[in-house]
Amino acid sequence: MTDELPRTDVAADAAGADTHPAAGQPLLRIEGVAKTFGMFRAVDGVSLDIKAGEFFALLGPSGCGKTTLLRMLAGFEAPDEGRILLGGEDIAQALPHQRPINMMFQNYALFPHLSVRDNIAFGLKRAGMARADIATRVSEMVALVKLEGLEKRKPDQLSGGQRQRVALARALARRPQLLLLDEPLAALDKKLREDTQGELMELQRRLGMTFIIVTHDQEEAMTMASRIGVMKAGQLVQVASPRELYEAPRSRWIAEFVGDINLFEGESRLRDGHRLVIGTRDAGTLVVAEPREPVGAGKFAVAIRPEKVKLSRRGPVSEAGHETALNRLDGVIADICYLGGTTTYRVKLDTGGMMQASVANSARLDVDAYSLNQHVVAWFTPDDCVVLPS
Amino acid sequence: MSGRRIFARPARFAAIAPYLWMVLFFLVPFAFVLKISLSQTAIAQPPYEPVFDLTAGWEALKAAFGALSLDNFRLLGSDDIYVFAYVRSLTVAVTATALLLVIGYPIAYGMARLPRRWQAVAMVLVIVPFWTSFLIRIYAWINILQHDGLLNQTLLALHLVSQPVVWLSTDTAMYIGIVYSYLPFMILPLYATLAKMEPVLEEAASDLGAPPWQVFWLVTFPLSLPGVGAGVLLCFIPIVGEFVIPDLLAGSNALMIGQTLWLEFFTNKDWPVASAAAIVLLVVLLVPLLLYERLQKRQLEQGR
Amino acid sequence: MRKISRLSRFNVASLALGLAFLYLPILILVIYSFNASRLVTVWGGWSLRWYHEFFNDRAMIEAAWMSLRVAASSATIATLLGTLAAVALSRGERFRGRTLFSGMLYAPLVMPEVITGLSLLLLFVALNAERGFWTVTIAHTTLTMCFVAVVVQSRLGSLDRSLEEAAMDLGCNPVRAFVAVTLPLIAPAIVAGWMLAFTLSLDDLVIASFTTGPGSATLPIRIYSEVRLGVKPEINAICTLVIGLIAVVIVIASLASKLSSSQGESAAPL
Repeated sequence: MTDELPRTDVAADAAGADTHPAAGQPLLRIEGVAKTFGMFRAVDGVSLDIKAGEFFALLGPSGCGKTTLLRMLAGFEAPDEGRILLGGEDIAQALPHQRPINMMFQNYALFPHLSVRDNIAFGLKRAGMARADIATRVSEMVALVKLEGLEKRKPDQLSGGQRQRVALARALARRPQLLLLDEPLAALDKKLREDTQGELMELQRRLGMTFIIVTHDQEEAMTMASRIGVMKAGQLVQVASPRELYEAPRSRWIAEFVGDINLFEGESRLRDGHRLVIGTRDAGTLVVAEPREPVGAGKFAVAIRPEKVKLSRRGPVSEAGHETALNRLDGVIADICYLGGTTTYRVKLDTGGMMQASVANSARLDVDAYSLNQHVVAWFTPDDCVVLPS
Repeated sequence: MSGRRIFARPARFAAIAPYLWMVLFFLVPFAFVLKISLSQTAIAQPPYEPVFDLTAGWEALKAAFGALSLDNFRLLGSDDIYVFAYVRSLTVAVTATALLLVIGYPIAYGMARLPRRWQAVAMVLVIVPFWTSFLIRIYAWINILQHDGLLNQTLLALHLVSQPVVWLSTDTAMYIGIVYSYLPFMILPLYATLAKMEPVLEEAASDLGAPPWQVFWLVTFPLSLPGVGAGVLLCFIPIVGEFVIPDLLAGSNALMIGQTLWLEFFTNKDWPVASAAAIVLLVVLLVPLLLYERLQKRQLEQGR
Repeated sequence: MRKISRLSRFNVASLALGLAFLYLPILILVIYSFNASRLVTVWGGWSLRWYHEFFNDRAMIEAAWMSLRVAASSATIATLLGTLAAVALSRGERFRGRTLFSGMLYAPLVMPEVITGLSLLLLFVALNAERGFWTVTIAHTTLTMCFVAVVVQSRLGSLDRSLEEAAMDLGCNPVRAFVAVTLPLIAPAIVAGWMLAFTLSLDDLVIASFTTGPGSATLPIRIYSEVRLGVKPEINAICTLVIGLIAVVIVIASLASKLSSSQGESAAPL
């Protein structure tokens, strides 16, 4: 039986060095892709470009459509609308075995009746590779994921971490142009997950391959990915680098989904140079930097990350602080949450609202720590604030 | 995520052969039963008429339809033998199913409480007798229950009775035979639900102050209801139509419907009446049959 | 995972009594098949006399041979058709007539045997088919393929669908993914289905009585007509042989399924 391909170029030396499209063109282009299950619009018009060599993360809560999007890339679902171009060729209707894309499944989907070696060799046999080449490639892969000596084991004789490595090796063995990872670390415990994150990143850099990972864990996405696409209700709501996503979220929802944040609702009062003055209900009047895209008058939310909020007993200490820290709010400590590296204080503001401040525990002894009900000043600069449409 | 359409087309091709087989050997025969139940008895081979003869043209077909009659069903309704047979079948089935539930539940519960490793062994032990022939199992009981059989010998030796008790050809023997034959069908669905149940739930109930019998009655039993339903239906339906056990173990004064049907068919050679009796039996069983089908479907879907 | 098993005395007692109830009658039957006495109830020492009697009873031997042939052929056809049906039902999504199809497959499981037998006989009479080996085989296939379908379908249902997807992702077309991954994994269920079909056919009295013709009685039909006349030690011997045969089939099949699950490399033919 022969596969009418685009076949994976298993003979290529490095991961598809010669299969990459011309520079500047994206490896993968998703154009207006949509998928409906019955009445439920799981993916609702997603467009996205992914460049070769990227480590891209699709992030979103469960049910947001990220897994459906990934399954459409792998070929397990056909989009109802839109195109999926890989290297300029539309593959939206191609069957999974006809795509030079491989997937690492959430529960690994290792074949329980096959040994580690046969699991890794499975895709190579399908591609019609010579027996000797298969053996070479398999041992290469086994070494790559550090599974030497376990080749003859069955999946149920492996630990969770080892199974994860077999799944990775099996998906990489065909040297796909694109590797899809569906919640690859969800089944591992915290410590192992952190180690594996590092290994995956290292591997991706070394092979120069393109990875798309689906995760609901924002920390995981931020750690590993060079770019993150946030999905909500079937739509891509923001595509940005981890830093940009964190520091300049596009909407309230994203700001709250990615990390902790203080949000204060209000209305803009007046414009002063590059600054806006916004009157809020819970935090009085705040001075904030004008966002990149100018906003008109109306309702806004002012967002400040907890670690941008400084606390002191009497307001800004330094000279520079006095000049820039235009926002100073009085309050009392209402709650203390010690987290090791940092301590999060919840401050009951005199203006009525609550504010979280995350303070690094830079000294071992707690001379600087605040105590419950202590009076403090919370202060931050206009640049620390993000103005979001309400 | 439900769109696993890729496999759908080749899988549908797989349906063709079994589909045709079932239509030819299951659906079509039913049409025959229905047709013959509406025909007249005749002393002939085969012993019924009219027969459809499609080659005879439209007029003959019309005549054939004209000859169809509900006489056989009227006979079933008016003849006490049939009415009694249906009533007896239902009574026996209800009694036997209740007995099976009472006897099977403690066994299933005991199995579900075994350590994991022993559960598998116990399940095999319950299934294995099911693999030995139905007829052999009934025969084994005839051995034991006959006039000078092991049971009477034992009772006499223990001086519990002064002379042999008549066991064979009694309802007691029949109920023993039915319970014995159908016990695995009751135990297995019960065990399946009981084993799936989280033991933490019972622990939580006793932690919240429920004494053991309340733990059972308020938590274990309600949660095992799907298994109870499956077990009851799985036993009740075939018992109604049972033929071999009452024929060999019960007396011949009160027949069940399966026996009546057999008698009509083989001894009296009245195929139309036998067919009509079969149709009525099927109608009687339709409600539990549909219930069973729905239950099965739900369980399959949950298994996904 | 259950760490502590809380077996009460009641649990143990009901289990032990239940198992004794299930096994004692069969055990007694087997023991008495080796009884030298003609009187079934009087123990006259160990003997193989009744086995001799059976092997010299030509009518019984013929019936047994007929039953074995019917069981083997109907089980094989039923396994094939039942597996196909299970695949269609669990992987075919929606197709026209699916409800009717699954209805037809479930109905014989619970249908009284008298009705199934009667309806098939009427069909064979109408078709003017000569009744004998083939009519019984067809009748048994119709009944047992439904059991095979249920057994295989439940295994298919519990199988992780992403295994098939992984196979396709690694370059298999759907049919090949089924052969390379699904089939080896459901093989134990298929074997179990065959065994079930075989024993059900070997066991059946009612449907065979309806669908067989004169001169081709199956073993249960012969046993039944003997049993109606009373207990005969020879029947004990025959029953013991049947039990032994079924035990051998079960042991072989369970060994086979154990073997197939332990040597995965040879289980992958592609």
